[in-house]
This record gives sequence, structure tokens and C-alpha cells, in this order.
Amino acid sequence: MSACPDKELLLHALADGELDAGNVLALEAHLATCPGCAAELAAIREVKAQLKAAPVAYAAPKSLYDRLDAALAEAEAPPPAPRRGMRFETWVLSGTGAAIAASIALMAILPSGASLQSELVDAQARSLDAQHLVDVQTSDRHTVKPWFNGKVDFAPPVVDLASQGYPLVGGRLDRIDGKRVAALVFHRGPHVINLFIWPGDAPSDPVMQQDKGYNLVRWGRGGLVFWAVSDCDPAALTGFQQDFAAATK
Amino acid sequence: MSGRLLPFRRSAPRAAASGPASFSSALRGGPRSTEPAGAAAPFPRPSEAPRFRELIVPHIDAAYSLARYLARDATAAEDIAQEALLKAYRNIDSLRGAAVKPWLMAIVRNAYFDWRRRDNGRTVTGPAAEVAMAEAPAEQSSAEDELIRQGDVAALRRAIETIPEPFREALVLRDLDELSYRDVAEITGVPMGTVMSRLARARRMLGERMGILEATA
Repeated sequence: MSACPDKELLLHALADGELDAGNVLALEAHLATCPGCAAELAAIREVKAQLKAAPVAYAAPKSLYDRLDAALAEAEAPPPAPRRGMRFETWVLSGTGAAIAASIALMAILPSGASLQSELVDAQARSLDAQHLVDVQTSDRHTVKPWFNGKVDFAPPVVDLASQGYPLVGGRLDRIDGKRVAALVFHRGPHVINLFIWPGDAPSDPVMQQDKGYNLVRWGRGGLVFWAVSDCDPAALTGFQQDFAAATK
Repeated sequence: MSGRLLPFRRSAPRAAASGPASFSSALRGGPRSTEPAGAAAPFPRPSEAPRFRELIVPHIDAAYSLARYLARDATAAEDIAQEALLKAYRNIDSLRGAAVKPWLMAIVRNAYFDWRRRDNGRTVTGPAAEVAMAEAPAEQSSAEDELIRQGDVAALRRAIETIPEPFREALVLRDLDELSYRDVAEITGVPMGTVMSRLARARRMLGERMGILEATA
């Protein structure tokens, strides 16, 4: 018992919902009188069902996401425009030369002034996009800290301040002024606090600022610069800064 | 500039993308560069990151999976998928309202052929292996078939990989990616009737090993 040879492809198309109404009617009429074709159709549907039931599709490995992320971050980085008096005449701007120039420019340009604050606020706003808040989601600082290994060339201090009212949510990589920075994410009630960390020098005394309705506080410690950004009230952010600084002493 | 562009590990929805297949013109004659995989060349436009995140990122798993089933090699699949996704990023303007998934799958397929040309003879999954595999499907042991019948996913994946390429490709695009016959025809550059017969052949090969379909109609 087998299907009629001239009907085989139509049976697949019927199982796939690819037949137009006229052909469906004709084929169904045929199926009513042809056990071979009916059995074939059932078998085709069974193969499809088994393929659908088994997770045979591959999921992209995390390494692919990381590689894409690095390549795209590179692509999104600002062009190597001369800033802060850097001179580019000496660069040979051929293929790889341009890439080298770009990466050197990124390393050389220190974030400064109002544009940096705007950028931090933008990064804060961006992080509130639900998909983007954290790359590693856990309240366990022992998970977050090693996660940054190999992703940034410094070791950001990670502490959980849950008992002080600032539970750690997770961490992610961000890009500020063309540099890869670590971002720790904390909650303060309904508010999110992003703490951006990168190597650099800043006074250890905290400095509070505002930008576009967000509060920012900056301080330095152990060769790292910290910027906490949040829409929570200034007192809460000050408290966060004090608790974090105390916990990382 | 932007921060992390991709959300970490997002599960791809298994939604059927069966829109109008007007993506072919956007692709053919379009992105067919032969730059090496992973090259992060300077891109012509400023930030396409939001559109990339919205349109392409949901299909990253599907892109990788197609590359994996075509190349049958995890490392190669990652290279191919990366090259294809970056190409999609660079050419996102050519999408112009066409359905994203078939457009992206076509780019992945092109990237696979680019890789195969570059890689010709260097790995066991080259065209020579393809021919060998098509001619000698003998290593389908009964033990392996038993695993397939028990629903063993790894065995089922191996079974799909042993299907010769044109048939395997039709099966993956239709039954895993749930694309329409028309989309599969556009992507693979053959008439719909050819897609239908390839799909039937692929399902028959798989169905035989599942113990469902008879050997020959």
C-alpha cells in the first residue's frame, strides 16, 4: 500500500498548508477513497510532528554573541576624529592603519566634561530597555565578578548592598566614550542604579551632578573611576555611594 | 556610539516568517563580498544598532542553526553565522520592508557558499565529503536508527546531517525555520516544484530512519 505517485508532492503540500482551496478539495476527495495516499499523508504529518517536537534546531553559542558584540561595538565606535589636541597627520590612514588609529584614539581620549555625563545618562536610559539591563543576572557577587574576567582589562569591585537597601541585580558590559566599561546594576526600590567603572584617576571625594533629570555621582578609588547614575533621589544616591565606598575600602 | 548591542542569550521565537518574498533583488548582486569572516571593517553608516537589535537579533539562533546544518561543523557555523550577521548589519537598508527571516537566511546561505569556496578541501565537510556521503549512506546503523526512534535529539540531528545537501537544505528551511515554499524557492534559487520534490525526498529519508515512511513510494 503506497501513495499514488502523482499525488506525493501534493500530499506534502497539503501537510504544509501550501495548497490552494481548489486543490485541497480535490485531494481530500481523493484521500477519502485512497488508503495508500491517506497513510502517506499521516506518515508525512508524523515526520513533521517528530521534527517539531524534538529541539533539533541549534541555539547560537554564547561565543557567537560575544564575537558579534565585539565586532559591532567596534563598528559603532566613533570615527577617529582628532580631539584634545591629538594630531593624526602621522597616521597612515590605510586599511589597518585606520583601525590602529581608531583604537589608539579610543584609548587616548579621556572622557571629560558635559558630554561624558550625557553619555552616562544615555547609557542609563539605554540600560532600562528590558533586554539590555544586565548581561549576567544574579545577586551573587561571586558570579558577577568573574563574569568580567577577560571582558574588561581590570577587575571591578563587586559588592552586594542588599542589607543597605541596594540589592545587586547583575552586571553588563557597556561602552562609554569608546571604552569598554563595567556596569553594575543595583535596585533602589523601583529605581535602577547603574554603576559604571573604568580605569582612571578621580578624587576619592564624591561629586554629585545632574543631567536631564538624572543624578550622577562620581568618585575614584584604587585607580578606578566610578560613576553612579540613577533617577532615584539625590539622598538615596549619596547613600549608595557611601555604602559602596565603605564596602570596597 | 553604543554599549552592548546584543542581549545575552535571547531565545528565538519559532514564528513562521512567510511574508512577500521580495528580498531576492535586494540580495542578489548585493552583498557578495569575499572579505574574511569576522572582519570588522568600518561601516558606511552611523548607528544601525537599534534596527539590528530589533530586526536581526531575534533570528540569530536560526541563522546559526542553518549555518550549522549546512556546514555540519560547529566552528565553521559560528564563522559563517558571524559573517552573515555582520553582512546583514551592513546591508540592513536593503531590507526595505521585506520579511527579515528569509532575507537573513539567504545571506547565511551565501556566506556558507563563500566559506565552502574558501575552505575547499581543508575540512572533511567539503564537497568531496558531500559526494561521499550522498553515495554511501551506509553508516546508518540499526542502533542509530533505534536512537532516532526513541526520539534521541543528537541522533536525529546526525540523521538530518546525513541527508545530502540540497534535500537537507530544503528540510531545514521548511521544517525547522518554517519558511514558505515560495521563500525556500527564492532563497535556494530553484523553482517551487523543485523545492517540493527536494522536501519530499528529505522527509522520506528521515521518515525511513524514523520507521515512519516506507522506503519508496
